Amino acid sequence: MADAAAPHPSGHAAAHPPGFAHQFEDMGQQHEAGSLGMWVFLVTEIMFFGGLFATYTIYRALYLPSFEIGSRLLNVKFGAVNTVILIGSSLTMALAIHAAQTGKRQATVVYLILTMILGAAFLFLKFNFEWTADYHEHVVPGFGFFVRPEWGAAGPHVPMFFCFYFFMTGLHALHMIIGFSILGVLTWMAHRGRFTPEYYAPLEISGLYWHFVDIVWIFLFPLLYLIGGRYALRGGG
Amino acid sequence: MSTVVADLHHEAPSEASRVHYLNASYGIKSWLLTTDHKRIALLYLASITLMFFVGGTAAVLMRIHLIQPQGSLFEPGTFNKLFSAHGIVMVFFFLVPSIPATLGNFLVPMMVGARDLAFPRINLLSWYLYITGAAFALYAILSGGVDTGWTFYTPYSSTYANTHVIAAALGIFISGFSSILTGLNFIVTIHKMRAPGLTWFRMPLFLWSMYATSIIFILGTPVIAITLFLLGLEHILHVGIFDPRIGGDPLLFQHLFWFYSHPAVYIMILPGMGVVSELIPAFSRKRIFGYGFVAFSSMAIAVISFLVWGHHMFVTGQSIYAGLIFSVLSFLVAIPSAIKVFNWTATLYKGSISYQAPMLYALGFIGLFTMGGLTGLFLASLATDVHLNGTYFIVAHFHYIMVGGAVMAYLGGLHFWWPKITGRMYPDGWARFAALVIFVGFNLTFFPQFMLGYLGMPRRYAVYPEEFQVLNVMSSAGASILGIGYLIPLIYLFWSMRYGPVAGPNPWPAKGLEWETPSPPPTENFEHTPIVTEEAYDYANMHIPPSESQVSGETHG
Amino acid sequence: MSGHIVPVKTYVGIFASLIALTLLTTGVAFVDLGRLNTVVALAIAVTKMLLVILFFMHVKYSPGLTRLVIIAGFFWLAILVAISLADELTRGWSPTPQPWSILISLLAPE
Repeated sequence: MADAAAPHPSGHAAAHPPGFAHQFEDMGQQHEAGSLGMWVFLVTEIMFFGGLFATYTIYRALYLPSFEIGSRLLNVKFGAVNTVILIGSSLTMALAIHAAQTGKRQATVVYLILTMILGAAFLFLKFNFEWTADYHEHVVPGFGFFVRPEWGAAGPHVPMFFCFYFFMTGLHALHMIIGFSILGVLTWMAHRGRFTPEYYAPLEISGLYWHFVDIVWIFLFPLLYLIGGRYALRGGG
Repeated sequence: MSTVVADLHHEAPSEASRVHYLNASYGIKSWLLTTDHKRIALLYLASITLMFFVGGTAAVLMRIHLIQPQGSLFEPGTFNKLFSAHGIVMVFFFLVPSIPATLGNFLVPMMVGARDLAFPRINLLSWYLYITGAAFALYAILSGGVDTGWTFYTPYSSTYANTHVIAAALGIFISGFSSILTGLNFIVTIHKMRAPGLTWFRMPLFLWSMYATSIIFILGTPVIAITLFLLGLEHILHVGIFDPRIGGDPLLFQHLFWFYSHPAVYIMILPGMGVVSELIPAFSRKRIFGYGFVAFSSMAIAVISFLVWGHHMFVTGQSIYAGLIFSVLSFLVAIPSAIKVFNWTATLYKGSISYQAPMLYALGFIGLFTMGGLTGLFLASLATDVHLNGTYFIVAHFHYIMVGGAVMAYLGGLHFWWPKITGRMYPDGWARFAALVIFVGFNLTFFPQFMLGYLGMPRRYAVYPEEFQVLNVMSSAGASILGIGYLIPLIYLFWSMRYGPVAGPNPWPAKGLEWETPSPPPTENFEHTPIVTEEAYDYANMHIPPSESQVSGETHG
Repeated sequence: MSGHIVPVKTYVGIFASLIALTLLTTGVAFVDLGRLNTVVALAIAVTKMLLVILFFMHVKYSPGLTRLVIIAGFFWLAILVAISLADELTRGWSPTPQPWSILISLLAPE
């Protein structure tokens, strides 16, 4: 990587395992650094999504009846199924890493492909069913949102809920698409035998990212789909 | 003594044949595809300098315009675009990256005794993100500009301003990721790649300040990213979470914006403080007083800086109770900064002081930063802020810190490490002259602005009442002097790269791992991984062979 | 390179727990618990998150620095939420300032 014609430091006697990066002293340091780096990056993601969660919390406190109305218009079945799909993809991702750790190349590839399939299924359900239906029902802000009269006084703020629904699930979906691409690259690398029980850091680090995206959804599901109660309507709203 | 088996004596005679990071490879590809942190630092240096002069041009134009009370040059709308451009460019594209991306990138690996940062390719990516962001910002400015101010308050920016808001916001958004990656790299490098024997409390204070700054990068920048993202969405969709028609609260934008932008000002000053913590001991020939206090103060500043953002919103209709909390915390955040000033001053006491250009900048920093910081207390106090908010008092306050503080520290550091970076010494006579010109020009520009603000002149106005003209003319005169002052180093630093005297490994001489390699360093920084056995700033035990001091005018007390 | 190898059984067990919790939270949403609905939903979500973090993301077997980094991230988010919420919810608390004339007439005996 370095554009160096400089002499190779003579004190550096260790062999060069595959994937070793020259700025480190040994693979252990490289692995730890990579892991810490991904966690620090995930903290930035916590703050990035966090801005949306923070504003969501504030507006929900201010406009709870409107948020309840909006939430009830979402399809819980799709939300729950998608949650299960995503948790399943986390399992397959963890199993892919396990397979690499135990030197099973084929299994690694299979589990990575399964993860991609589940991720794609999630996106398919979301875009093809949920979002399309929402558009036809006129609950997409900025695209012909129709405030129903039966919403009463809480009506004008219902678009606010849907802003959050689309922004948050949209941003989440964008992260899934990025994760999907990363998985594609990893699958190719695994297929070419680049991972061994000694070197599987890219899998582990990408796994962290994928699990994080799963965690975001774990919070999005109850916060968007399950507020306002699905039981008999309470007074108002 | 640290037992580095380093190449100390390949100096002038074999200089031409010695391989170092600048001549290790040639051609534009070797620069644009480099992963060497030192080359990346220089790439940043070039682009940041360019942006500095873009932002500076906007400032000069404004000051010329403000010579006349009714404005001599521009329509008010254009004036608005000028101060917006000045703020956006100076904050996001100059001050935030300045020291971290140039001096930080160059020095952090060397100061920890490593061959490079933890993630060299990500380092290069961060530079490309920076110039992509800068390109969008320049496009926004040149294609008509935004007039929202660098603060982009809604609903003006989301609903009513022109569409260049999106380009500007996109530019800032992209360059924000550049900051995040830089901070990530520094944190991992400092945690995981310190040389044997380099414990946390043996690190130079510059590393502590880089670490604290990186924490702010990581925790704050994503929030402005999502805020600008939401702003852009609202601009495009004509509906969004800041839209009052669906219950949006414009103040919420301000909360999100300032949650980052207040810590951002500490991103801008902490590295400068780190530089000063290196310069003062070096030019007093004395270890820093209260190392632990200075190190912990850096961390305290990073943490408390996240708790005070509402002091930018005292007069916006924010809850008075929130205002009270923010006011108290804003007083608190001044304390660690003051601790640092006391420690620097105590370091100077009974030191063997020499007045080369870096020291002049460091001393200027201490004085001007103190003035800026003290005037911040006027603003942290709710009652006086009601009077002073939105006036030139605020403008003067933050320029004292940003320019009198951060920029002077940046120049001081640039001069101090110049021989290490380029292998050449700059002409110190010219450098000291420039430092004085800058100091005089700066004070003439901004001190009158304290008075203007106190007398009630609002900021961001293209016209003003007649009675303020004298002070405005003084300020504009100062600005022209300041502008000339900044051009002088540009000239002699460039000149020195080819014609300056060749510098040895440690021309000052100073303590630190970076001074124990040749100037310029080899690509791998060190021939062998250093082993650190002594505390930082151990100037008392420094042996200074006469042949090592190559700087004219240096006195040993 | 040391990397703790978590047994497949553990992963499957965690997966089963996560699915169970998902079904639980969905079911509870159909029961009226008043304000507790939100508390329960969040508690379940936090539990699920912890399971993913500790086991799928291997934090149970990771150095303390990793935990510190994660806690710092959530703590900082909490700062943003808490203080912004404090502003939004207490805006209405400010007493309306009285004009001076009314104040004086209150003080001066008529």
